[in-house]
Amino acid sequence: MKYIVAIIQPDRMDEVMAKLEEKQIHLVTVTPVMGRGRQKGISEVYRSHKEAGSLLKKTKLEIAVNDEFVKPAIEAIVGGARTGHVGDGKVFVLDLQECIRISTGEKGGPAIG
Amino acid sequence: MGKYLKKSPFWFFAAFLLFTVIATVVAAEEIAPAAACAAAPVAAIDTGDTAWLLTSAALVLMMTPALAFFYGGLVRRKNVLSILMQCFMLMCLITIQWVLFGYSLSFGPDIKGVIGSLAWFGLKDVGLTPNPAYAATVPHQAFMIFQAMFAIITPALILGAFAERMKFSTFCVFSLLWATIVYDPVCHWVWGVGGFLRADGALDFAGGTVVHINAGVAALASALVLGKRQGYPDKISPPHNLPFAVLGAGLLWFGWFGFNGGSALGSGALATNAFVVTHIAAAAAGLTWAMLDWITNSRSTVLGIITGAVGGLVAITPASGFVNAVGAIWIGIGVSVFCYMAVAILKVKFGYDDSLDAFGVHGIGGIWGALATGLWATKAVNPAGANGLFYGNPAQFFIQFKAVIVTAVYSFVVTFVLLKVLTAVMGARASQQDERIGLDLTQHREAGYTVLE
Repeated sequence: MKYIVAIIQPDRMDEVMAKLEEKQIHLVTVTPVMGRGRQKGISEVYRSHKEAGSLLKKTKLEIAVNDEFVKPAIEAIVGGARTGHVGDGKVFVLDLQECIRISTGEKGGPAIG
Repeated sequence: MGKYLKKSPFWFFAAFLLFTVIATVVAAEEIAPAAACAAAPVAAIDTGDTAWLLTSAALVLMMTPALAFFYGGLVRRKNVLSILMQCFMLMCLITIQWVLFGYSLSFGPDIKGVIGSLAWFGLKDVGLTPNPAYAATVPHQAFMIFQAMFAIITPALILGAFAERMKFSTFCVFSLLWATIVYDPVCHWVWGVGGFLRADGALDFAGGTVVHINAGVAALASALVLGKRQGYPDKISPPHNLPFAVLGAGLLWFGWFGFNGGSALGSGALATNAFVVTHIAAAAAGLTWAMLDWITNSRSTVLGIITGAVGGLVAITPASGFVNAVGAIWIGIGVSVFCYMAVAILKVKFGYDDSLDAFGVHGIGGIWGALATGLWATKAVNPAGANGLFYGNPAQFFIQFKAVIVTAVYSFVVTFVLLKVLTAVMGARASQQDERIGLDLTQHREAGYTVLE
């Protein structure tokens, strides 16, 4: 079992969701987050004062998958989020020790799907 | 009880109760003469005029919560309630101040052109028959309550300058004293019978001098006395809710038809002119600011267009009963150019933290509007007014100039000293930590937004 955390550009969200859907991965948690990488963002202007915009709006996806779905999930996220520019984001893969489905009490692999 | 005696809000409330008691006693004496008055010939009440003035009063009242949303959207989310609270507190506080003694100081029997007497304390002699000196066709109380709304919004305008850092108790004391020793006298000079600027022939149809220059300059003084917010200018987050600001600006525009249109004190031709030129100036100014943004920042911004529109409303205020449509367009274009320079260049250059540009928009816009009235005023619009420079009367421009200088100097000096005194006596700023946590939680023990549910 792996836990996949991805930080992507908010405007790539629909594309990533579509690709995940194609790979039969339906379970995903999404959060709007702030962060920064190497790229410069779009600085905002308020009454002619430019905001430096040191933190940028990003979208965080979290997906728990069984081992056979790790590769498809990464392919879907990278495929959907890539534009080839800096700022496209990152995918992190973490080992997942346990998973419990609250409604039934199932544990491990069956609980994820 | 002992611990309450030490708290300033307690004394504040005690003084308020005491005044109310005195007012009740004074007003009780007045019942007999009122009956005698009924026998004397009275000016006729015009129902149309009265209907419009009362409607306008309601429109102007709405401008204060509108301003609360305009300002509230521009602050950080941890301070949104503090802005709404300060505005709402003024609606309550200044109303009581006004009916007890504020109206009397402003419009009561003149003392040497400087201030009204306390003869109308607690609305004594302010009844339901017209007072022809101010408005011959509506009940005196209709005029009084219309003016009350102006007295409320004027100190509310100032709070944009010290937003996000003032202690709430000091804010209450400051506002009450400011209304009494700055607003009421200036209101008397310009609008009160016998007031010296009124006697000079200064034109201020709906409060460009009394409301906007007065508040705008006081805003600059308070920004200077209170100092910058922590982290200003580099570490201040952008406006937390621009849609609120747009809602507020839209309601301000709507309410301004009462502010200017109602200042005709009747529902005829003059009210129509004021209504029309108010709308034109707001449109011209919003458009101009959007263009300026487009040229200098390569995008027109939402905050820009609403700031411009509000600036246009400010600038047309003194002129709305004296200029025609062409004058209104020029006033609208001019105000956005001047206010744009004030907020984008002047403020940066001098480094003061006028947080929400109360001086940059209301002060600068008000000064431009008062001077522009001396340029574009024409007797063709209002025979009771005067011609301006472009209609062959350069003297009017200098009368306007004098009124601007007198008001600005008085407001700046008195506000500056008042805040210095309050800083020494009770402290004007919230503590550093309270400011970092936010005024909503530290001053009011409430939060504007929840995270869960």
